[in-house]
Amino acid sequence: MIVTDKNNDSLAPGQYSSAEMSSARQDEHEAHGGVVAGRARQGMFGVAGSGDTSGYGGLTLPAYVPPPAQRPYGGWFDEVTDELVAAMRERGIPAEAIQQVTVDRGEITYYVHREHLLALCRTLRDDPALRFELCSTVSGVDYGTEVAQRLHSVYHLTSMTYRRRIRLEVAVDVDDAHIPSVVEVYPTADWQEREAWDMFGIIFDGHPALTRILMPDDWDGHPQRKDYPLGGIPVEYKGGAEIPPPDQRRAYS
Amino acid sequence: MTPQQQGDTEPAHTVGSGTADTVSDATSSADPYAATARETTEGRVYTVTGGDWDSLIEDWKHDERIVVNMGPQHPSTHGVLRLVLELEGEVVTQARSVIGYLHTGIEKNCEYRTWTQGVTFVTRADYLAPLFNEAAYCLATEKLLGITAPRRAQVIRVLLMELNRCSSHLVAIATGGMELGALTGMTAGFREREEVLHLLEFLTGLRMNHAFIRPGGVAQDLPEGYETKIRDFLTVMDSRLPDYDKLLTGQPIWKQRLQNVGYLPLDGCLQLGVTGPILRCAGLEWDLRKVEPYCGYEEYTFEVPTSTDADCYARYLLRVEEIHQSLKIVAQCLDKLEPGPVMVEDPKVAWPAKLSIGADGLGNSLEHVRKIMGQSMESLIHHFKLVTEGFAVPPGQVYSSVESPRGELGYHLVSDGGTRPMRVHIRDPSFINLQSMPAMSEGGLVADVIAAVASIDPVMGGVDR
Repeated sequence: MIVTDKNNDSLAPGQYSSAEMSSARQDEHEAHGGVVAGRARQGMFGVAGSGDTSGYGGLTLPAYVPPPAQRPYGGWFDEVTDELVAAMRERGIPAEAIQQVTVDRGEITYYVHREHLLALCRTLRDDPALRFELCSTVSGVDYGTEVAQRLHSVYHLTSMTYRRRIRLEVAVDVDDAHIPSVVEVYPTADWQEREAWDMFGIIFDGHPALTRILMPDDWDGHPQRKDYPLGGIPVEYKGGAEIPPPDQRRAYS
Repeated sequence: MTPQQQGDTEPAHTVGSGTADTVSDATSSADPYAATARETTEGRVYTVTGGDWDSLIEDWKHDERIVVNMGPQHPSTHGVLRLVLELEGEVVTQARSVIGYLHTGIEKNCEYRTWTQGVTFVTRADYLAPLFNEAAYCLATEKLLGITAPRRAQVIRVLLMELNRCSSHLVAIATGGMELGALTGMTAGFREREEVLHLLEFLTGLRMNHAFIRPGGVAQDLPEGYETKIRDFLTVMDSRLPDYDKLLTGQPIWKQRLQNVGYLPLDGCLQLGVTGPILRCAGLEWDLRKVEPYCGYEEYTFEVPTSTDADCYARYLLRVEEIHQSLKIVAQCLDKLEPGPVMVEDPKVAWPAKLSIGADGLGNSLEHVRKIMGQSMESLIHHFKLVTEGFAVPPGQVYSSVESPRGELGYHLVSDGGTRPMRVHIRDPSFINLQSMPAMSEGGLVADVIAAVASIDPVMGGVDR
């Protein structure tokens, strides 16, 4: 375990599962640099837009926090992580570059700090024991307004040589949504970073031409952000009545 | 069309009393079809609409840099794709594609629907490969849920996907042929594709946008008599596919238009993230059906054709060969289809109602309606909850990919534990592969750009989503 040692000093393993974590514990987790990936819920059925009819309105479920993995991760995950740590040492990338490692549903995720993203990508691509030649996809995610560091940029890297896939994830604040562009390492990220800029407003520093790609050039706002206003549907012949936008409708989710 | 560096001579076609800022040529004595021109801050801009290029020729210097805008409404750009080409004579010095004309917000829409309803959206992304979108989305959802579809459902998925691969490749050949002027290729390709669509309509109920593959399995079992229909289809295809070799493969014009055009070697493919037929034509045997088998593909016998020519002609040949291989897999599916459930047993995930065809079309079976309306209040509540609220998916994220006709089609799904996705990201191969258009066409002729774009086979529904 390379990165969560300092967390483990104070907290026993397995204490990060979302259901059991109190809000105080969660704050502590965040203070240690942990990642929050989800929003807190209230009530039993997630009903919104009407009064509490269930009697469970006081129930709160904290936001999901991806639990840090414990060694051994299983399968080839340990091998890749060992090689990565060795290659990072060789190239002078500090071990703190990786914030957290999560193994979930047979996939490994490295949460990394943005300062070291480019160097990490170059290492992952060029190191003979890693060889992640293909950047399958770059995807922006917005975890909602109440989450700290709500904008995430997720990179899925594929090693065609070893037939492995890993995921890198960088989280940033919405007010400081700067992430270094990986286009110089993976030219295929060009349009995908433009899409993440267009849809989420993540600014990829060093991108050759970070312009909108799917929306018109003069569009305001970033449509896939969770706080982007959605339109309702006007009802004809009802004097200004409107079917509310989907996020304001009464719903169970 | 914009000549960027305007010469100082007056254009030959300006007749009548042209003023300094606007030159109109629509006088009765002049050629009524001549191009109109107007002065802008960028230089003189001509609007050329058809056979009036000759009126520009005299004004055209060969050392001039010309920017031509093709599309988004152009019969040769493979959909609503806009190409901006910078020309030096007839040679393309720079090519850029402009996309977004078909953006419909599919990813965002999915965030406000249940996981099951998401299928209806993603099937409309890459509309020539709807079943691949459904399958990839459902495989990712099932990975999040930690469930596996039953065996019969897996075989049906493979069967449908391979039929869909045939129709998609046939459209690629047909539209590519049309764009290059091989109109018989177009009529033949669409004729065979129609056979596939008829079959898919029989099997799933719809020709396109099926929403047939659902999280946990498929919507319903195949109809009676499916085996005969599929075997008939295989016979028809076996008799007609050789026609493509007769019509196109050896044809000198077809070869001259495609051979050594749109070259993209392996290192270029990897850098640009290109997958699918383009990558396999560059020599790498990379097919997710073989390297990361899903839906039980490891049980099927088929070959992954490759080539090292890396040009448009090799891509054409590879697509024809892949159709043959897909038909082989379809035949194997028929032998593997054993009776069994087509949806997971878990009543908290599986759609509550059995579908049946009544007098007024497809709907919930009478038996089910009788039960929820007359016998079991709990069943009614369960039906209502599952259909309106949907099932909750444990929080986390997954990435799951399938080999679509155009390459790696991946879904990155994020759940926050609710009944709706937090994020649905589609890694559409058309979107990624289209980035290789400049690398394939810069330095070549304008006519070769069309061949290159046709060989990439981008589907704008998938590119713009």
